[in-house]
Amino acid sequence: MRLSLGLVTVFAFSVIIFSTFSFLPGDFATEILGQSATKSSVKALRAELGLDKPPVTRYFDWLGNVFQGDFGSSFSGRSKVQGDQGDRSREVVGLIIPRLKNTLFLTGVAAALAIPLSLMLGISSALYRNSYYDRSATGVSLVTVSSPEFFTAYIFILLLATLFPVFPTISNVDEDTSLVERFYRTALPVFTLTLITMGHMMRMTRSAIINILSSEYIEMAKLSGASRYEVIVKHALPNAWAPISQVIAINLAYMLIGSVVVEYVFNYQGIGRLMVGSVYNRDLPVVQACALIFASTYVILNLIADLIGIISNPRLLYPK
Amino acid sequence: MTSNKSKELLLEMKNIHIDGFSDERWHKILKGVDLTLYRGEILGLIGESGAGKSTMGKAAMGYTQPGCKIIKGEVNFNGTDLAKLTEFEKRKIWGTKISYVAQSAAASFNPAHRLMDQTISASNRLKINPTDVLKKDAVQLYESLQLPDAENIGDRYPHQVSGGQLQRIMTAMAMSPRPELIIFDEPTTALDVTTQVEVLSAMRSIVDKFNTAAIYITHDLAVVAQMADRIKVLRYGEEVEEAETRDMLSNPKEEYTKSLWSVRSLIKPEETNQDYILSIKNIDAAYGSSKVLHNVSIDIPMGKTVAIVGESGSGKSTTARVITGLLPQLKGEIIFDGKKLSPKLEQRSKEELRKIQIIFQMPDTAMNPRQTVDEIIGRPIEFYQGIKGKERESKVIELLKMIELDETFLDRLPSELSGGQKQRICIARALAANPDLIICDEVTSALDQIVQEGILKLLQKLQKDLGVTYIFITHDIATVKAISDEIVVMYQGEVVEQGLKNKILNPPHPEYTELLLSSVPEMDPDWLTNLLNKRSS
Repeated sequence: MRLSLGLVTVFAFSVIIFSTFSFLPGDFATEILGQSATKSSVKALRAELGLDKPPVTRYFDWLGNVFQGDFGSSFSGRSKVQGDQGDRSREVVGLIIPRLKNTLFLTGVAAALAIPLSLMLGISSALYRNSYYDRSATGVSLVTVSSPEFFTAYIFILLLATLFPVFPTISNVDEDTSLVERFYRTALPVFTLTLITMGHMMRMTRSAIINILSSEYIEMAKLSGASRYEVIVKHALPNAWAPISQVIAINLAYMLIGSVVVEYVFNYQGIGRLMVGSVYNRDLPVVQACALIFASTYVILNLIADLIGIISNPRLLYPK
Repeated sequence: MTSNKSKELLLEMKNIHIDGFSDERWHKILKGVDLTLYRGEILGLIGESGAGKSTMGKAAMGYTQPGCKIIKGEVNFNGTDLAKLTEFEKRKIWGTKISYVAQSAAASFNPAHRLMDQTISASNRLKINPTDVLKKDAVQLYESLQLPDAENIGDRYPHQVSGGQLQRIMTAMAMSPRPELIIFDEPTTALDVTTQVEVLSAMRSIVDKFNTAAIYITHDLAVVAQMADRIKVLRYGEEVEEAETRDMLSNPKEEYTKSLWSVRSLIKPEETNQDYILSIKNIDAAYGSSKVLHNVSIDIPMGKTVAIVGESGSGKSTTARVITGLLPQLKGEIIFDGKKLSPKLEQRSKEELRKIQIIFQMPDTAMNPRQTVDEIIGRPIEFYQGIKGKERESKVIELLKMIELDETFLDRLPSELSGGQKQRICIARALAANPDLIICDEVTSALDQIVQEGILKLLQKLQKDLGVTYIFITHDIATVKAISDEIVVMYQGEVVEQGLKNKILNPPHPEYTELLLSSVPEMDPDWLTNLLNKRSS
């Protein structure tokens, strides 16, 4: 049920993405031909790219190909002169895969850092509620949530690259970069992504647990002699998984989208940077593919969160 | 109820003072109460809500709720003063030496863990017996509490068993570490009378079996009479009186103690009327796909009171929802004032809506907390009768006088009223529409005995003055005796019988009515024993 709903959502997204881009002003043919754009050459190029067909036909052609894993060919890199043998246009898939890998690496490392950290911070603030520790943790997290990612990124650059040059400001990696080197080079963007998502996750974990602490079964647990730690970890946490996994899903998706800005700041060769560049070049197939990937990640992450919500709740797992 | 008690002191609480913080200031909850309890003895602690009985019960464990603190006093348990121990030291006593059984079992079990794990969690902490021994013992406890499928019920989650069963499992959980003292905090208040009997007898037999001392907290004197050796009455955080159960029942000394069962002495002579204001005929209704009413037919005589009784799930509230149009029926018809009412609320005329009003169980949630009394009562006056301005205000004051309040209440918010006053405002709001029929859905269940009596008297007075008809939905037989002319007994979505009060309350009864009526606790300490003997024979 939820799965099919997710599929419908992705499908709806694909329609929106496709139609939005067809309404964009300007077109690739005039852009690429520049000064040499004559009426006939524009028309020829449009025919070659399939831009002359009606949008509905183009949409279904595109969708059909996407289902087969073919996102079409990139517009850019294409030769300006018709029939030229030096056509350097590339398959969109071939273009995106390495970039996607880079981005997944970046967000993966950031998530591996941010999720356990924010869970621990959230649980411990709930444990020592209203202590100085809790107040400073929630206070600092509010600051990090409120600052935009580019600002956080520049603060990191200022502190860890300029004043104390520990990490590089440019995080360019390629396929030959070793793993250790990768960690070193991506340190700053990872820190940035971690910091901007951690605050939200930590605060939600804390409030989800505190919410549950006022339940009668928590008082009952206390009266049966459970220690403070036991109350939180054994009695409150299992009932808090649903809201916590929701907020983690949202933040993972946010990391992925947030990487657009962060990748740009650190000049990291990820999918976000690719997308920004392609928008600039009006390279529709690439932009569409990127947008569709972003949309599907949202849907998939939310599906996983729902699934965790169901598994962690015996009411849903074992009906009466 | 063991007779040969070795008078060995177990718990001695001296001069307990507890303050609670609310509304930005400290209030006194307990003002110097003493309590002594001997081994194997059961002490009943009774009083109305706010009397401090629950606070006293928790204080016996050295525990206070967040926002409360023990100002003064000693809690000597086996010679140690619990009030002076640290949290860490108290945790070694809680759940193992003293255990606690809460009012709402459904809310007090952790929904994420299996019942067996929760039953033995405190005993597990003692590390005396291995888990499998504890589990075997728990199954035996389940058996002696007469739980069905004792072998496997522990594998279920709390939402998979009924309220009465949960309450018994909680008793098993309290008993598992073989504590010296169990605090029962209103353990049967949330249950139906028919379930209450089973739970009470199960709890009493197991406490007897292990000769455990207990403090039994309740507001129901008849219930405590079945359980306790001694009864202590609390009011406003102070002790009213204390006596052996039989002495207390036969010869209460204080006026207040006598008033605690006054509602039970309220009896109304029955009258009837052959003109029906409302007849519902062959009604079927369902929530989604689950059918809850089966072929229900009820006649309501004009200007009289019909009580609909039954346990939770019997369909009595659903019947009210069908009459008001909140839940359109699948089959059957409703005749009101000689005319057929359309099933759907939206298709009824404003006049039809005006004539049927409803008063709900929880006055707290039935009123908008941000509206003043003037707005709450004035709104239906304006909406149904189109009266505005000065005239509206005088109408509101008139209604306030009718419910025995005055114009000083006009600007108050619901949060500034007591429970009984809130319910009075709800009654005034219903009256503001000048209705012919008022449906009272468990209107007194959330109130204390004395307040209940006031509300019931008010409703009777209003009926006499205004000639309004009541449908009174309740599960409390004492209330039924006090207010009704006719009684409808419902069970599992069907009408068992309908008739004049005396006919229904006196034998011969259909089987279910018999069970329901015999389950109502009486002010007789031998009632439960006699009833169980009768039922088993």
